[in-house]
Amino acid sequence: MSEEQYKSGSRLEQVLTSGNFALTGELGPPKSADRETVEKKANLLKDSVDAANITDNQTAIVRMSSWGAGLIAKECGLEPVMQITTRDRNRLAIQSDVIGAAAMGIKNILCISGDHHSFGNHPTSRIVHDIDSVQLIATLKKMRDEKKFESGDEIRNTKKSELIEPRIFIGAAANPFADPMEFRVVRLAKKINAGADFIQTQVIYDMERFKKWMDEVRDQGLHEKTYILAGITPLKSAKMAQYMKENVSGIAIPDHVVERLSEAEDQKAEGINIAVEQMQELKNMEGISGVHLMAIGAEKSVPGIAEQAGFLPRPTQYEKIS
Amino acid sequence: MESEAGEREPVIIAFCCHYCAFTAADLAGTMRQQYPTNIRIVRLPCTGKVYVNMLLEAFVDGADGVMVAGCEEGSCHFLEGNYRAKKRVNYAKQKIEEVGINPEKLEMYHIGASEGPLFARKAREFTERIRKLMQEENEPENQIQNEK
Amino acid sequence: MIIAEQKPFKEIYESVKDSEKLLVLGCGTCVTVCMAGGEKEVGVLANQIRLAAGKDGGKIEVTEHTITRQCDEEFFDEGASEKIKEADSVLSLGCGVGVQHIVQLYPDVVVRPGVNTQFYGATLQQGIWTERCAGCGECVLERFEGICPIARCSKSLMNGPCGGSSNGMCEVDPENTECAWQLIYDRMKRLNKLDKLMDYQPPKDWSHDRDGGPRSVSREDVLF
Repeated sequence: MSEEQYKSGSRLEQVLTSGNFALTGELGPPKSADRETVEKKANLLKDSVDAANITDNQTAIVRMSSWGAGLIAKECGLEPVMQITTRDRNRLAIQSDVIGAAAMGIKNILCISGDHHSFGNHPTSRIVHDIDSVQLIATLKKMRDEKKFESGDEIRNTKKSELIEPRIFIGAAANPFADPMEFRVVRLAKKINAGADFIQTQVIYDMERFKKWMDEVRDQGLHEKTYILAGITPLKSAKMAQYMKENVSGIAIPDHVVERLSEAEDQKAEGINIAVEQMQELKNMEGISGVHLMAIGAEKSVPGIAEQAGFLPRPTQYEKIS
Repeated sequence: MESEAGEREPVIIAFCCHYCAFTAADLAGTMRQQYPTNIRIVRLPCTGKVYVNMLLEAFVDGADGVMVAGCEEGSCHFLEGNYRAKKRVNYAKQKIEEVGINPEKLEMYHIGASEGPLFARKAREFTERIRKLMQEENEPENQIQNEK
Repeated sequence: MIIAEQKPFKEIYESVKDSEKLLVLGCGTCVTVCMAGGEKEVGVLANQIRLAAGKDGGKIEVTEHTITRQCDEEFFDEGASEKIKEADSVLSLGCGVGVQHIVQLYPDVVVRPGVNTQFYGATLQQGIWTERCAGCGECVLERFEGICPIARCSKSLMNGPCGGSSNGMCEVDPENTECAWQLIYDRMKRLNKLDKLMDYQPPKDWSHDRDGGPRSVSREDVLF
């Protein structure tokens, strides 16, 4: 496939379209202007994953901006997936960030609504949600494919100048575990219809429930319209698992997983074993195109996990695999 | 009202339910059970008749303490008037606390019609409580605080 | 109706304690129903101010009055007008509209707000009021079969639930707030209209909301 035929030409897009099983990571920007931390994390991740999500004020706590940290990562050789939440910016700010990021060579953007700001460190701020995540996907698609802003204005400086649209590989999130359960596949379909090129799912611990969700996804043929990357986060301990089970909505952790961890001698290693087993199982699951490995604050463990799961080395040639 | 020591005697208003506490107060008298003369009784058809501003008005008009005495729990003549009174008394406690009046100066009691001695005892206890609170407020260091 | 909640007493008292002739003015419409600023609340608050003033030696003369509606000039009758003009300050227990309306009608009087105006809501039961409408200026209830995601979803999401919906409740306040999208889903199911959930809802035109600047409505046919 030549450069021209790609939507964005990002490494992630090339890995996926060539039929390789993708591996994406996650990089949480620091809560300061600390460039070094970003570089350190990027260097840890760059040879183990195809691209890494750069979170956007994750958990509604102010951090280095997604595009700022994304550029540093890019300079280190790690391809960024810039996350944009609809929580903090209106459609003007978002679109200007998108063309700015595209001009700087950022080629993947993940569209999410973002954690509610009441959970973060500025709970007295104003929430935006001018557009929602599905509308954001549609806006990016319109910018890329129709070369128009959300308002309908063409993306060019003057009437006579060239149309220079952002070439973006558009991502979206999907949560198979939140309520209303029956709405979850509908929501995925809406995101795909709006223009999501790839999907990253919420962290999976309940494989049985995830398989049921995938059955429905396949029944509707949605896996053929987008690339689905399954979310994995290694559990650090039985205590953390129990806490997440009880306190984080939208995350389902079955009892047998908590039990397995609590019975293990080295709980951290067992958490990684579980993650590795899941990654191997997902690699063979129909309709799954990759794994999104979220080890925020544990970037160090990513190369080891990728190695143990047999995901290394990452592809560098993107010839179509038939 | 002044005592021999020259201190002002507390003025206490008791809102009493006709079906229980008021009868108990009457009975206390018949039984020659003594209770302080500081207490002025206002008879209500039910403590459910108590409203928040009624309690505040008592303080505005000069009461030092206000007690509301209704039926024992579960035996309100109007089923749940005393429960409602209890909630309103609690709310009124907040309201007086906001303006700097000790919420202890307002209290809800449950006294059955046949409990003359109990009424007398509660009346004595509450009067003592108010007297003590007034003394505390009049202590020099507290007065300075109040002025601040 | 408009739901309001009385301000903390301390804040109210700070704002009126230097006044000599204070009128506590209630409103007989919304804030009476939500028990924040009707005649009863005027009585309690006026007595609180009297007690507080008595305690710190203040000399506030407090009068009380309640009119049917502070947002309508016709309810400011002679009696109300006289009381307002006699006072040096008015403590309005009407909503934010009432306060501003008094300022407009009586430019020489100082007016203080006694309540925090909250939202447009319904009475769930006596003592519990809850938000139902955000006054966005362009009603979308038809699209969602009568449940508003703008007012009732914590993120005003128009195309479905976020990941924070759990057992029918919203993660932002799981004790009290239902997930609007669970409600919309249940409603569509009941009406056999689940396919309506697939409709893409485009970005909303917020120019009809406050984002378009302060709003007004005029009707030629009823103007005098």
